[in-house]
Amino acid sequence: MPGNDAHQHDVLIIGGGGAGLRAAIAAVEESGRLSIAVLSKVYPMRSHTVSAEGGAAAVMRDNDSLDTHAKDTIFGSDFLADQDVVEAFVKEAPGQMIQLEHWGCPWSRDPDGRVSVRPFGGMTVNRTLYAADKTGFHMLHALFQTSLKYDSIVRYDEWFATSLLVEDGRVCGVAAVNVHDGTVSAITAKAVILCTGGGGRVFPFTTNAAIKTGDGMALAYRAGAPLKDMEFVQYHPTGLPGTGILITEAARGEGGHLKNKDGYRYLQDYGLGPPTDKPVHRKMELGPRDILSRCHMQEYQKGRTFEGPHGHYVHLDLRHLGEKLIDKNLPFVRELAKNYVGIDPVYEPIPVRPVVHYMMGGISTDINAKTPLEGLYAAGEAACVSINGANRLGSNSLTELLVFGARAGRSAARHALERPAVKSNPVAQLVSDERKRLDSRFLRADGRERIADIREAMQKAMEDGCGIYRERASMEATCKILRELRGRFARIGLSDRDAVFNTELIAALELDSMLDVAEAVANSALLREESRGSHTRTDFPKRDDARFLKHSLAYRTPDAPRIDYLPVTITRWPPEERKY
Amino acid sequence: MTEETITLEVTRYRPGHDREPRTESFSVPYRKDWVVLDALNHIKDRVDGSLTYRWSCRMGVCGSCGMMVNGVPKLTCSAFLRDYHPGPIRVEPLANFPVIRDLVVALDDFLEKLRRVKPWLIRETEKPVAEGEYRQTPAQLDAYKQFSMCINCMLCYAACPVYGLAPAFVGPAAIALAYRYNLDSRDEGYRVREPILSDSVGVWECTFVGECSVVCPKGVDPAAAIQRSKVAGAKDWAMSVLMPWGGRK
Repeated sequence: MPGNDAHQHDVLIIGGGGAGLRAAIAAVEESGRLSIAVLSKVYPMRSHTVSAEGGAAAVMRDNDSLDTHAKDTIFGSDFLADQDVVEAFVKEAPGQMIQLEHWGCPWSRDPDGRVSVRPFGGMTVNRTLYAADKTGFHMLHALFQTSLKYDSIVRYDEWFATSLLVEDGRVCGVAAVNVHDGTVSAITAKAVILCTGGGGRVFPFTTNAAIKTGDGMALAYRAGAPLKDMEFVQYHPTGLPGTGILITEAARGEGGHLKNKDGYRYLQDYGLGPPTDKPVHRKMELGPRDILSRCHMQEYQKGRTFEGPHGHYVHLDLRHLGEKLIDKNLPFVRELAKNYVGIDPVYEPIPVRPVVHYMMGGISTDINAKTPLEGLYAAGEAACVSINGANRLGSNSLTELLVFGARAGRSAARHALERPAVKSNPVAQLVSDERKRLDSRFLRADGRERIADIREAMQKAMEDGCGIYRERASMEATCKILRELRGRFARIGLSDRDAVFNTELIAALELDSMLDVAEAVANSALLREESRGSHTRTDFPKRDDARFLKHSLAYRTPDAPRIDYLPVTITRWPPEERKY
Repeated sequence: MTEETITLEVTRYRPGHDREPRTESFSVPYRKDWVVLDALNHIKDRVDGSLTYRWSCRMGVCGSCGMMVNGVPKLTCSAFLRDYHPGPIRVEPLANFPVIRDLVVALDDFLEKLRRVKPWLIRETEKPVAEGEYRQTPAQLDAYKQFSMCINCMLCYAACPVYGLAPAFVGPAAIALAYRYNLDSRDEGYRVREPILSDSVGVWECTFVGECSVVCPKGVDPAAAIQRSKVAGAKDWAMSVLMPWGGRK
């Protein structure tokens, strides 16, 4: 594969979603002298932030406090969040919301012109800002359009980073394929920020877009950085059967009810009652996502769910909210339900079931978004900083990508200001090696394994072993299958050998990423012999603070990952039983 | 019982190999809950891994998967096979754009135009974050909200006969987004954007065919944005000629 090496910047951001764009603007504002680059495998406005619906949490009103937001977050995390990080997060959240408002985000408003706040799962007061039910879409487009005003932000749209360039222990850029012409080049920088999102596509049934393949996690992991708390995978309780399309938690925040096949609000049977007509914070349908997803599974086991062509489901009933409120605050929910399941929620309940939604784990970073590798930073879902612990509260992730995207941008910019330019000789050698690797592994390989076969086998193994309920034997089987798939991947064969826009090559590179992410999830899960947050073991049903009040760290080895541990930072909220 | 199938007639084009785009037919399972994108994914996974197209969210919000379906610009993630039964279904790259390969078109022109209309909030003085938000009433929000719903999917450019004939035309989506900021009560950039919209390739190029608004999957109504910009521009011109202070507001 040909290419050139003339791309030099101070800060290079991989990923152009919410975290990446926020980082880019923060880096520019830190110093106008820096050259900032944003590299993304898609155009930035296609990034998965676009699909976030419900809102972004921040303390905006007098009836709220930073301590309450912190406590809700820590409680929701089942005490696995680092409390110093959570305190910084809640403190910086309101400023980030206002900054985004100043950049044009069309937040929904109260009659007096202030930004509105709505209730969300696991939160004690109304603190979720929203732009109807397309919050992520509006945030992403506001950030993207704002980024266009800075000439010092250079974009590499539809480029795919294939490896981090590490010289003398320092990350100094990436090797990347320009998808448009197939060339492989070095893009060097004094600091690199990974903002590539999560990897929900390792599962078969997910709200996540096709691009969510954990590429940044895999880049860091292969360069020696650990992936933290990967066993914690969030199921969102309300996805559309079949497609997995998300029906936002805001539908329940606005007052929607979950009902089983008898029309009964079943959550009251699981300690979340009593049922009330109006939503009550942290009760019933406003319970946290991990608990609501487990309740669904228990209803299924009791034979009280519906059965459809795409498996079991329950009803999300919005009819009592009325057409006016639905059209004002939940228009996208109505559009999605009508288009994809032929149901108008004004007149009929929506069929829903739990669906893989979010990875609490990710590239291990400190409070300033710095990874253990010098020159490497990470933010957003790709990172684990960690505020989400064992279960993220809805509407904390959009806030997280702003707070820690901005922190990553500032940290990387300061690092770049202190660093000399990257040396070009070793970089040229590294990229030349990478070109040869891509040629021999993919474009000239004559293996017979198909991408889709390996991908589907991986997804099935993840659902079988790492679903809502887990136990040793099925997780061991999953770990073993994933090892075998790694072997099969080495014998992959592509039918597309073209240089121009080779999406089959990209699919192979994405599968490579996903296999790394999947192994980190499954092996971390196997060794955590307790139940905490989203990680529920039928063979270890209790939380075990004595053994597992600690973060897992997965390191890549030539064999299965090596799992190490790191203490959790506790400041003012000692662990207690998590009961709603 | 054999499964019912439906035929997709897909445009293929490999630069450096094909002199002209050609059509290739694929028979795919006919499933009532499948969209055209599902059928393309089936072909790519099971029949021909070299089929080239873009997609991501499969829920009509990322804007990646726009193509011509039976001659009409559509998001293929929202175009159900059942609406084209019994077929065949013709799938082509978006009209009016250069084709990179198969169903993938080049977007550089739009991105350049988008930047040119300055789609960001312009203020004479920025309020510090510490002083809080700009107040905006629900009515002020409603004034521009519709025009902020654009997902940049390019269906309107594919439908626009003017853009097809005069590619320099700024085009529906970019004008709608410029108009969105002009209408935003927090924005003070009208004077900066107005000359861009009024120049020879701006709003006056549009002959009000209105196809852009017909194909828009998000109800943005770019045609209305263009017409209302014309009215505003004409009023400005008249004021500048007739009024002693040059019509400055």
